[in-house]
Parts: sequence; structure tokens; C-alpha cells
Amino acid sequence: MAQDDTNLIDQPEVMKPRMVTIEIAGKKVDVPEGITVVKAMWYAGIDVVRGVGCLGGFCGACATYYRTKDDPKVRTCLACQMAVQDGMSFTMMPSFPARKATYDIQALKDPKQDLFNLYPETPLCRNCNACTEACPQKIDVREGVWKAVFGDFKSVSEMFMDCVMCGMCTPVCIADIAPNLVALYVSRAQGAHFTKKPIGLDTRIKEIQDGQYQDAWNTILKMSEKELADHCATVK
Amino acid sequence: MDIHALQQIVHKTRDDRRKQTIPKFSPADCDQLIHRYHPDFRASAYRSIRFGPNEGGKTVVELATLLEGDSSIQGNADLTPQYSCDVLVIGGGGAGCAAALHAHGAGANVLLATKLRLGDSNSVMAQGGMQISVAPEDSPVTHFLDTLKGGHMENDHALLKTMVEEGPSIAKWLLELGVLFDRQADGNLHVKKGGGSSKPRLLTCSDYTGLEIMRVLKDEVINQKIPLLEFAAAIELLSDDEGNCTGAIFKDLDNQRHVVVAAKSVILATGGIGRLHIQGFPTSNHYGATGDGLCLAYRMGAKLDHIDTFQYHPSGAVYPEQLIGQLVTEGIRSEGGQLVNAKGERFVNELDTRDVVSSSIIRECEEGRGIRTMSGRVGVWLDTPLLDAEHGPGTVEKHFPAMMLQFERFGIDISKDPVLIYPTLHYQNGGVKIDTNSETNVKNLFVAGEASGGLHGRNRLMGNSLLDLMVYGKRSGLTAAGRVGSMKQGQLTLKHLQRFRADAKKHGNVSGVISPMILPAYTRKVS
Ligand SMILES: Cc1cc2nc3c(=O)[nH]c(=O)nc-3n(C[C@H](O)[C@H](O)[C@H](O)COP(=O)(O)OP(=O)(O)OC[C@H]3O[C@@H](n4cnc5c(N)ncnc54)[C@H](O)[C@@H]3O)c2cc1C
Ligand code: SF4
Ligand code: SF4
Ligand code: FES
Repeated sequence: MAQDDTNLIDQPEVMKPRMVTIEIAGKKVDVPEGITVVKAMWYAGIDVVRGVGCLGGFCGACATYYRTKDDPKVRTCLACQMAVQDGMSFTMMPSFPARKATYDIQALKDPKQDLFNLYPETPLCRNCNACTEACPQKIDVREGVWKAVFGDFKSVSEMFMDCVMCGMCTPVCIADIAPNLVALYVSRAQGAHFTKKPIGLDTRIKEIQDGQYQDAWNTILKMSEKELADHCATVK
Repeated sequence: MDIHALQQIVHKTRDDRRKQTIPKFSPADCDQLIHRYHPDFRASAYRSIRFGPNEGGKTVVELATLLEGDSSIQGNADLTPQYSCDVLVIGGGGAGCAAALHAHGAGANVLLATKLRLGDSNSVMAQGGMQISVAPEDSPVTHFLDTLKGGHMENDHALLKTMVEEGPSIAKWLLELGVLFDRQADGNLHVKKGGGSSKPRLLTCSDYTGLEIMRVLKDEVINQKIPLLEFAAAIELLSDDEGNCTGAIFKDLDNQRHVVVAAKSVILATGGIGRLHIQGFPTSNHYGATGDGLCLAYRMGAKLDHIDTFQYHPSGAVYPEQLIGQLVTEGIRSEGGQLVNAKGERFVNELDTRDVVSSSIIRECEEGRGIRTMSGRVGVWLDTPLLDAEHGPGTVEKHFPAMMLQFERFGIDISKDPVLIYPTLHYQNGGVKIDTNSETNVKNLFVAGEASGGLHGRNRLMGNSLLDLMVYGKRSGLTAAGRVGSMKQGQLTLKHLQRFRADAKKHGNVSGVISPMILPAYTRKVS
């Protein structure tokens, strides 16, 4: 059936498919305005293998530094989540050699104290806020680091739920802290050690082990296809 | 027209729509709708597979071509292994990590190889949640029945029963590793209701469920010091004289060299197919979702199941252009977000199964009640501001922070303005046929996660995939590890490839392409 032209969005980026000049790792190229940084690289004929993962803003593989035309400030973005504009200059950030502590999460005796053994640099935070400014997920990273030091693991775990582990907070830290790794440890410790055990879950596991559903299974699995379909239809 | 002008119809009709209840379609109506509008029923998009274990079966042209494709490995290739292990896990998503952790935990010597970085996968993107029957009013049996109904009664009963029964213990395992599922005030797990389910059963971590689970699993794989090969794409499997699986050949994506791995058993956890863009659909999938595992297993002689059915998630973004195909989580509809056509009317019960909702959106658009964009895309509105209207200001921001941020980056506040959506290619309902230990008909070749098939029937219910990954990741890992002691490393040969090539030749080498695809060809050829 015919489409109604009054239901047509005049998308600016498609109405005026304007070409813009951008700079990719120092090289100038012309690309259509408004496409994402990753797509701009493909458009420019550059294969991207390192630096692309989910393409949906969740995996943090596409950490990128960029600058816009008249602003000296270098900013950070996720390349799959940022549109290019005229005069923009960017380069992807390779994986940064941060040190990840290894631990047995279940075996920790005093997780709040263990933080200082695993990541001894954490209390040396100098409050410069560079990490927060670097975070494309808008997490107050500096605040998170302080809360970790003061043992407020619950708040840290809530604050860093958005963390895509892009690692952009790490190279900027003057105290050599990897805030995302600290937060990951803290969140896991919060989950494994400081969160109430859900009683209902244990009850359900026990019910299954005790064979409480056995009769129901026996009935269902003996049904003919037709009976089973009718039975499914009765579940509301 | 300006997008804001077109959105007015949604704002204007909101109060009336709020009072309205739309009954679910009857089974007969659903059937009719799906047959008429669901992409799975477009006969022209399908063809039969000409040879191999599924000879004569039908699938989409894009997949058939790859399944019949040739290997890039020559018959005389050097098969001296660079690595040897007990259990080789291929794929670094949820299924791969779960398999590796359990096999390692059971004492096997594990190697995990993956195409991109560890964790770069579909799993990390899961927003909606994970189905596990933990609520008192719920039960594994109800979970089974709901899933069966959603899967059009074609789900493998044994696979499904195992999954729903092991769900609760999987939740416990994840909690012990430190995964932060949302809780009720009393400490019990908070559950939400998903499309097609009769009881609230979705465990969530805000709208970052996959991210939270994967952050923890990745960290755990590193903590356990499981050896990793990253940027290594599996391009062929290896088999011994009897056709049992004995390892794989990888392509190192940095230097294009081959890496041969000898293994007592192999677990394929390579995920889905979205990046094949079947029928021209945009996709919600990650960059590496090119169905590689299906091609590899097929050449080895493994049978595939339900590969003629795919899931088109009802709500893929249509605007802005930068977000095309990306998911607008089903959670929005679970919390009452309504679908609205260009006339301001609702047209489906938003909580019907995904195939029904997708079909109804396609119907609206094909019958001229969609909203079009200048780039030739069409969609319907999803009334996101309704959530704030219904549950109080700040609801959208609080419950869907990931989505808020995604749209905000392009100047769109979804708590104030509805978003434009259309079905997006989301999930491969079928895959390699497995038994309840996750093993295929090829001995020592296991397949777990989205690459496997049978469990979901013809349509997967929201949230069942995350559980599938964990349950069958675990079972494949434990079974493979359990065999190690009684097994010798088999000889590394390409006998299966000889057989496959002979078969292909008989059928005139029909496809002419090399498979697996490895990565989609998005890079523009600049002359
Ligand atoms: C946007 C989105 C949202 C979703 N939301 C939900 C949800 O809320 N709930 C739910 O239950 N399900 C959801 N799903 C579905 C679910 O997330 C996936 O089905 C599931 O994560 C698949 O897991 P997997 O481990 O099988 O594959 P993946 O997680 O995709 O992992 C596959 C891995 O294999 C690797 N790989 C691929 N080919 C090769 C090769 N040739 N060699 C080596 N490695 C290879 C990939 O790089 C990747 O690491 C969602 C999916 C998407 C895309
Ligand atoms: S906290 Fe660090 S790693 Fe996490 S998203 Fe922000 S910048 Fe990236
Ligand atoms: S960058 Fe480092 S020193 Fe500065 S606030 Fe963040 S954690 Fe502290
Ligand atoms: S590719 Fe995953 S965040 Fe950009």
C-alpha cells in the first residue's frame, strides 16, 4: 500500500549528505557528515579489527581520542557511538598496559582490606579528576575511587554498573591507578561478600533437588503433542 | 516533516491509549499474521542446501551459500600443532567463558581462542535479562511450558527441561562470582516479566545484564590464568581417522598466519549470524557474528537444526542513522511502553511473543501506517515517555540508563520523545544440533550457546539465551573435561575436508565462496 508522505522525517543528515573533512590518525579524508567514527574509518578504506567489538556501545573495544575544530581539548569517545563532524581529528587508543591483580574472589577473608594489597596505589589518588573527564560513560570515576578507599563498596558497584571497561580512565591517572579494574574488584567483592543471600533461590534449588516437580514432569512428558499444546495454552 | 512534529501524535494520544487494553491475538490469528508478515515466511529468501548433513533442508540463501562454501585450507597444509590442550574453547562470549571456566575448574588443561578480544561478543550487549524461575509463584515446569509455547512447540524437550531445571543453580554460581543481580528489599532476586512469559522471571542487572555478567566472567577467566589466544579466528576443524574432532586451525588476524591447535575435544561457542544481514536486515549483533561455527561444524559432518528460522527483534532503532539496527530493549515494553503507528493507534499487545510483535510492526509499515525517514527506512513509534508518565518522572533514566546514554549522544532524550523502531535481525533460533551434554553427532565436538540449535524451537523467548549459554557452556565444559583422563590426543587430519570437497564436487562446487566469513566486508574499496 502507498506510503503517506506526510509521515516522512526530513532527517538533516540524509537531506544534506554533506561531505566533511576529518583527520584519522593524522591523515585527512573526506567522509559523509554524521556517520560514526567507526563507519568513517570503513568509509576511508581502513580495515578495523582491533578497535571494533559490539558496535553497540557496550564492549569498550573502540576507545578513541578526538578533538573538534576550534577546541584544543582532547576528548574521549566510543568510536561506535560518536558522529563525525567537520574538522574533527581522532585516533583509536590501543589496549593500555594496565596491571590487573589476580585473586580468588570466594577465598577473600577481608575484601575491604584486601583492596590495598591487590591495588596498593588506590589510596594515592590525588583528586585531579582526569579519570572522570576521560570517561565516555559519564561515571564520576574519581568519586568512585575515593569511595572504594573508604570502603563504600556498595556505592562503587552502583556507580560503575555503566563501565564498559574501555580503559580510558587509566592512561590519564597521575597516580597510576586503573580505576576500572579497582571498581571491578570492588563490585565483585560487593556481590560475593556483602550482599544478602537470596533465600528464595536456595528454596527453589532444594525443591528441584528433592524432586518436588517430578510428578508434574511425568505428566507433561507423557502427553501427546496435541495434549501438550492444549496444556501450554492453559498457562496464563 | 520535522521529527518533532511527527512525534506529536504520540504525545497527543497518550492519555487515551493509557486507558486502553489490547488483548493478545488468538493462536489462529498469530499464525495468520506470522505466515503473512514474518521474514521467515518469505519463500524467495530461502533455498535448499544441496549437500552435506542437511542436504535437501531449507535455509536463507546467505547461509546456504556459506554452508556449501569451501575451506581456505589446502589439502596439504602443515598440521604440526603450535599448541596442545585437553579442551579447546572457540569463542570468547558468554558460552565460551562459561565452558572454559567449568572445564578448567574440573581440572582440564584449557585453551580459549577467540576472533576479537575476550568478551567482544553478543553476550556483552544483552540488556533485557536472564530467565530463571526463582519467584515463589513460578516453577521450572511453568518456565518449560512458556518456552515451548513461544518456540511453537518445536523445542527439544530434553534440552529445554535440562535448562530450566539447572537455571537456579546457575544463578547461584553467578552470585558467588560476584554478579550483581537486581534485588528486592528482602534480598531476594528481583524478577521482571518478559514477552511471552506467564510469570515474572527475568533476572536483571539494571539494563546492563550481559555487560555485568561478562565483566565478571572475563575477569574470572583472567584470574584463573586460562591461556588465551585473541584475534585468532577458527577457519577449520581437525578430525582423526574415525571423524572425531581433534583440534582446529586458526588465522591470526594480526599477521594472517595459521595457528594449529591439537585438542582432545573442541567446544564451539562462536555465537550467531546477524552480520550476514540476511534478507537485507540491519542487525543488533556484534561485529564478529558471521555464523562461523555453523560452517565449521557442518563441514565436519555435524547436523544442523532449525536453521530456517531467525529472530527479528521487534525494536531495532530506525532513527538516528547512527543507531540503525541497534536494540531498544524489550524491557521498555515490559514496563508498559506502547507501540504506536503513524495514526497514533496501538496495533498489538506489546507483550506478545517477539515473532508476533515483529510481524505486526511489519504489517503496519507495509500497509502504510509507518513513519518513514529520508534514507528509505520505515518504522513505528515506541512511546518511551509513557514510562515516566505512568511510573513517575525519572523512571526511564533510572531503569534504562544504557539506552538513555545511547540516544543522548545524538541529542535525543527518550524520556521526553518516543523513538522510532522496526524489527532488526537479532538471533539465530537454530544451530548445530546437540544433546544434553552439548555434544554434536561428531564425537568430541561440542557446541554451546547461540551456535547450537534445538532448545529454542522456532522462536526464542526473551532472556532464555543468557541461561542457555550458562547451562550448556557449563555442561559442555564439564563433559569435555570429564573425558580427558580416558582419552589420547587423536591424530590431526583433514579427512573430513576431503569428504566434504568430494561431495561439493559431485554437486558442481556450487557455492564458489570461501567460508567462514570471519568479518563482514564493511570497508569501502577506495580506488
Ligand atoms: C543486542 C543484544 C541484546 C540481547 N539481549 C539479550 C537478553 O537480554 N537476554 C538474553 O537472554 N539474550 C539476549 N541476547 C541474545 C544473547 O545475548 C546471545 O544470544 C548470546 O549472548 C550469545 O552468546 P554466545 O556465547 O553463544 O555468543 P557470543 O556472545 O556472540 O560470543 C561468540 C564469540 O565467538 C567469537 N567467534 C565468532 N566466530 C569465531 C571464530 N571463527 N573463531 C574464533 N572465535 C569466534 C566471537 O568473537 C565471540 O567472542 C541479546 C543479543 C544481542 C545482540
Ligand atoms: S570507568 Fe574507565 S573503563 Fe569504565 S567506562 Fe569509564 S573510562 Fe571506561
Ligand atoms: S585520575 Fe587518578 S589521581 Fe586523578 S582523580 Fe582519577 S584516580 Fe585520582
Ligand atoms: S565497539 Fe563495543 S563499545 Fe564500541
